[in-house]
Amino acid sequence: MTRSLAGWMFAGPALLVIGLFFGLPVLSALALSLTDFDLYALADAGNLRFVALDNYLELLRTPMFWKSLWNTTYFVLVGVPLSIAVSLGAALLLNAPAARFKALFRTALFAPVVTTLVAVAVIWRYLFHTSYGLVNWALGHLGVPAVDWLGDPRWAMPTIMLFAVWKNFGYNMVIFLAGLQAIPQDLYEAARIDGASRRQQFLHITLPQLGPVLLVVGVITVSGYFQLFAEPYVMTRGDPLQSTVSVLYFMFEEGFKWWNLGRASAVAFLLFLIILAVTTAMLRVGRRRGLV
Amino acid sequence: MSRQVGQSRWHAVLVNAGLLALAVVSLAPLLWMVSVSFMPAGEASRFPPPLLPSGSTLANYQALFARTGMGRNFANSLLVAGAITLGSLLVNTLAGYAFAKLRFRGRDRVFQLLLAALVVPAQVAMLPLFLMMKQLGLVNTFGGVIVPALAGVFGIFLVRQYARSIPDELLEAARIDGAGEWRIFFRIVLPMLKPVLVTLAIFTFMAAWNDFMWPLIVLTDQENYTLPVALASLSREHIMDVEMMMAGAVVTVIPVLLLFLLLQRYYIQGLLLGSVKG
Repeated sequence: MTRSLAGWMFAGPALLVIGLFFGLPVLSALALSLTDFDLYALADAGNLRFVALDNYLELLRTPMFWKSLWNTTYFVLVGVPLSIAVSLGAALLLNAPAARFKALFRTALFAPVVTTLVAVAVIWRYLFHTSYGLVNWALGHLGVPAVDWLGDPRWAMPTIMLFAVWKNFGYNMVIFLAGLQAIPQDLYEAARIDGASRRQQFLHITLPQLGPVLLVVGVITVSGYFQLFAEPYVMTRGDPLQSTVSVLYFMFEEGFKWWNLGRASAVAFLLFLIILAVTTAMLRVGRRRGLV
Repeated sequence: MSRQVGQSRWHAVLVNAGLLALAVVSLAPLLWMVSVSFMPAGEASRFPPPLLPSGSTLANYQALFARTGMGRNFANSLLVAGAITLGSLLVNTLAGYAFAKLRFRGRDRVFQLLLAALVVPAQVAMLPLFLMMKQLGLVNTFGGVIVPALAGVFGIFLVRQYARSIPDELLEAARIDGAGEWRIFFRIVLPMLKPVLVTLAIFTFMAAWNDFMWPLIVLTDQENYTLPVALASLSREHIMDVEMMMAGAVVTVIPVLLLFLLLQRYYIQGLLLGSVKG
């Protein structure tokens, strides 16, 4: 067996699976998005017609698509900075020389990351219940009137943001922690000798040194948050008043509830293009500032 | 001087209080879940909401398995996640090793292509994939969940990063001794990759166990559901049965949580290997 043949044989099974069950479907999705594939075409492929960009143009005239895009953008715009701030704060606390029981705390803060999203979403639904949820009960002691967290269109998305931050912050925390530990200690020593305060050390040493890590974490988190789906599916079903319908939730309903697979594919591709544009812009800005 | 000492003591108190607060917020929902799962039916819906059960009972777990068939869903999850883990471990390790250590034509270009594929969200593929599965007769079967998950770019990448540290001289020496490529892989390479295999196995098992969207799409009958899909559907039907639903959440979450607690060193290593150092 020649070495080149061995290489292809070893890599072959993986390439076959990825090509067949990911590469091919992605290309098919592009083709599907240019057709009117619906329930009739599902029954008989003879009903399939090529419609060029009609699906895309029609989506741009669909208020529900814009609503879902706005809801998702809102989730990304508030959720990502909040989640990164909490992750960074937790990492700074864990990295502080004064912190005790570091391993124990790290495990505790990371635990939500490994839990099953659906299961913890169900827990949160009860904790944030208007009349017998623990959250309103605790807030009641502080004199805050009961909030209809998941039933009020103003509060449903913020509640989902809080949930997402709780579930995810541990992941980026671990990455930040590794980044913090890689910063040379003599930088801090020199700054202390010059009389720099903790705040100054954070602003002028920690943040710039953490720049590349922040950029990578930002890009990964933005792209993940744009893919919001299971949280609204379990916690609100897109309600109240469709205030938590995300782009993927809209795609799921179009595709697997109404079987408009052509339209749904167009939704998926638009989301992909949006994510690509936003993350590319982030990387470009980061590169200009010399982060990568 | 004493003012400085006082300040740093304050600092230490603040740091540890902050960590304690974060730990309480992180764990409270999980502890509440366990507590409620042992409460007699209806107790959690009282006001003020009780934190601990008045008398602990296993009735919710019995009701869960007897009335909702969650035992079956548990077995499904175990089977699906187990098969995905074993299968993809072999497939991804072979490929990762090939991309790190075997020279073949087009290797680097193919690998670049794989990395580029990472920017495409998985959901883009799901609609046509469903039609493919329908053609293959795999809708509403475990095969429909397992087969597409048998290889992944992340796994290949992880193994490749690790396998690059295997010295070429070792492999060359084996080849000069007349060992075939398969023999070299199973006798020499695989034992050296053991740590990364453990890491990859945990990652894959947890991801497969927790996966929701694709199983929700491809599995259509309650009896074939994996745990997350079953729990999502049950929580809609049994919204008032808080205690039983919390028993269901415990059954779903505890296996992965235990796995993480036992093997977290490997898990964290893999997380860092896959993101920062990449």
